[in-house]
Amino acid sequence: MKILVTVKRVIDYNVKVRVKADNSGVDLANTKMSINPFCEIAVEEAVRLKEKGVATEVVVVSIGAKACQEQIRTALALGADRGIQIDTELNLDSLQVAKLLAKVVEQEQPNLVIMGKQAIDSDNNQTGQMLGALTGLPQGTFASEVVIEGDKAQVTREIDGGLQTVGLSLPAIVTTDLRLNEPRYATLPNIMKAKRKPLEVKAADDFGVNLTSNVQVLKVSEPAKRDGGEMVETVADLVAKLKDEAKVI
Amino acid sequence: MTILVIAEHDNSSLKADTLKAVAAASAVGGDINVLVAGANCSQAAEQAAKISGVDKVLVADNGAYEYQLAENMGLLIADIGKDYSHIISAATTTGKNFMPRAAALLDVAQISDIISVQSADTFERPIYAGNAIATVQSSDAIKVLTVRVAAFDAAGTDGNAEIVALDNTQNADISSFVGAELTKSERPELGAARVIISGGRGMQNGENFALLDGIADKLSAAIGASRAAVDAGFVPNDMQVGQTGKIVAPELYIAVGISGAIQHLAGMKDSKVIVAINKDPEAPIFQIADYGLAADLFEALPELEAAL
Repeated sequence: MKILVTVKRVIDYNVKVRVKADNSGVDLANTKMSINPFCEIAVEEAVRLKEKGVATEVVVVSIGAKACQEQIRTALALGADRGIQIDTELNLDSLQVAKLLAKVVEQEQPNLVIMGKQAIDSDNNQTGQMLGALTGLPQGTFASEVVIEGDKAQVTREIDGGLQTVGLSLPAIVTTDLRLNEPRYATLPNIMKAKRKPLEVKAADDFGVNLTSNVQVLKVSEPAKRDGGEMVETVADLVAKLKDEAKVI
Repeated sequence: MTILVIAEHDNSSLKADTLKAVAAASAVGGDINVLVAGANCSQAAEQAAKISGVDKVLVADNGAYEYQLAENMGLLIADIGKDYSHIISAATTTGKNFMPRAAALLDVAQISDIISVQSADTFERPIYAGNAIATVQSSDAIKVLTVRVAAFDAAGTDGNAEIVALDNTQNADISSFVGAELTKSERPELGAARVIISGGRGMQNGENFALLDGIADKLSAAIGASRAAVDAGFVPNDMQVGQTGKIVAPELYIAVGISGAIQHLAGMKDSKVIVAINKDPEAPIFQIADYGLAADLFEALPELEAAL
């Protein structure tokens, strides 16, 4: 069985985000970029399925400018077999990304697509579900466990009240939550080996997809600042402040 | 302009999140219809009819919708949603699951997790874990929105809307409900609690979370946790407060043994009053806390419980 995994290049999760002075966006110049953490979990899950003998090939795809090849190489170093970069300078919205991915699904015919549940930059949490709709495939979102049995997948999902398990007919889309697995670190020999794995570049314009979004960002601003308050010395002081000053208890 | 709000419910009762979604719809302005899709869900529909500002409740009562599987819900919402200017749901794990599916079927974008309505086509939403706020404008014919429930005040419940049965069965037959493990608790839900007390890695293990119980009882508080505590297996995932867990804004948030990672702050920094108890006086949580107590939580918690 073939698994398609998607990865997004995003600002590293440890980097402090700065809003540009002209409110046009977030300053990404000279900042450290990484694989979106949820996408890394997706890669790890696919590689584990291959190691268990469930999957035979793991294909990793990323959409973006040439720089995202770095994240594809990272995924290859973690154990994916080959990469596809869909080249575009545009900052695409989830719907456009899902449309491009639907074409990749059509071309590659994977039995399973594993994606991160959300990217930590746009925080949209949409692309996997949209890809499901456009391909007509079922989805198991926010997955904390994935079990493949024949032509079915059982996905345990993290939901507001606890956990829910759904059965999906394959092919299917899975989006990852934090507890699905703990991604490995790439070893140096694997990083070297990844440089020789195949990475195909395709122009986004060649997919016949309308890449214009109808959503326009008017401005990006700093959130309201929250000033630190005061330190109290004792529990009694704290209770008194909550009662008399804040009046919340 | 008519707005379709998708109700969040468990067939027998309507979830309070629906009142927040209706509040966002009222901020947009226009007639409001609420869709209750479920199985044997007439009780939930009757409760929806009482929400202030709702004109009509549409009930799709069918086995295909019992567990609100995204594949069937996406088809249903896209089918009836064609005639609406806006489709709105709460940004809960339920709404997040099916709304993008409906949006893609309608070939329109979704605007996720809005925190304010500027006009019928312009909305604010947090990005980068709430470290930036984007103002976005949509020119799509249908605006599909999910609503951050912590950012809206609940709509009232003095309405009396007409209930209309829909005959619309969408069964994609590619997915099925297998089972659920739902946490049973007498405490309020995180999203609805006036007071929340959360534990972090500093709690050291799951048993020590019992130290929060007595305080939670006295304050009628919900109990939450940081991602570190959930990842370490101290408590289940549905207790997680943060960027990728629950986003809350109670009147009082008490963070115990939580250092204050960005992704945790993203889930609680809009709380009205924040208290932090941590033995490390340099912990970043103190920079946003209204009241900080640098103390050993194993001493401070019993003392706090006794003092309340």
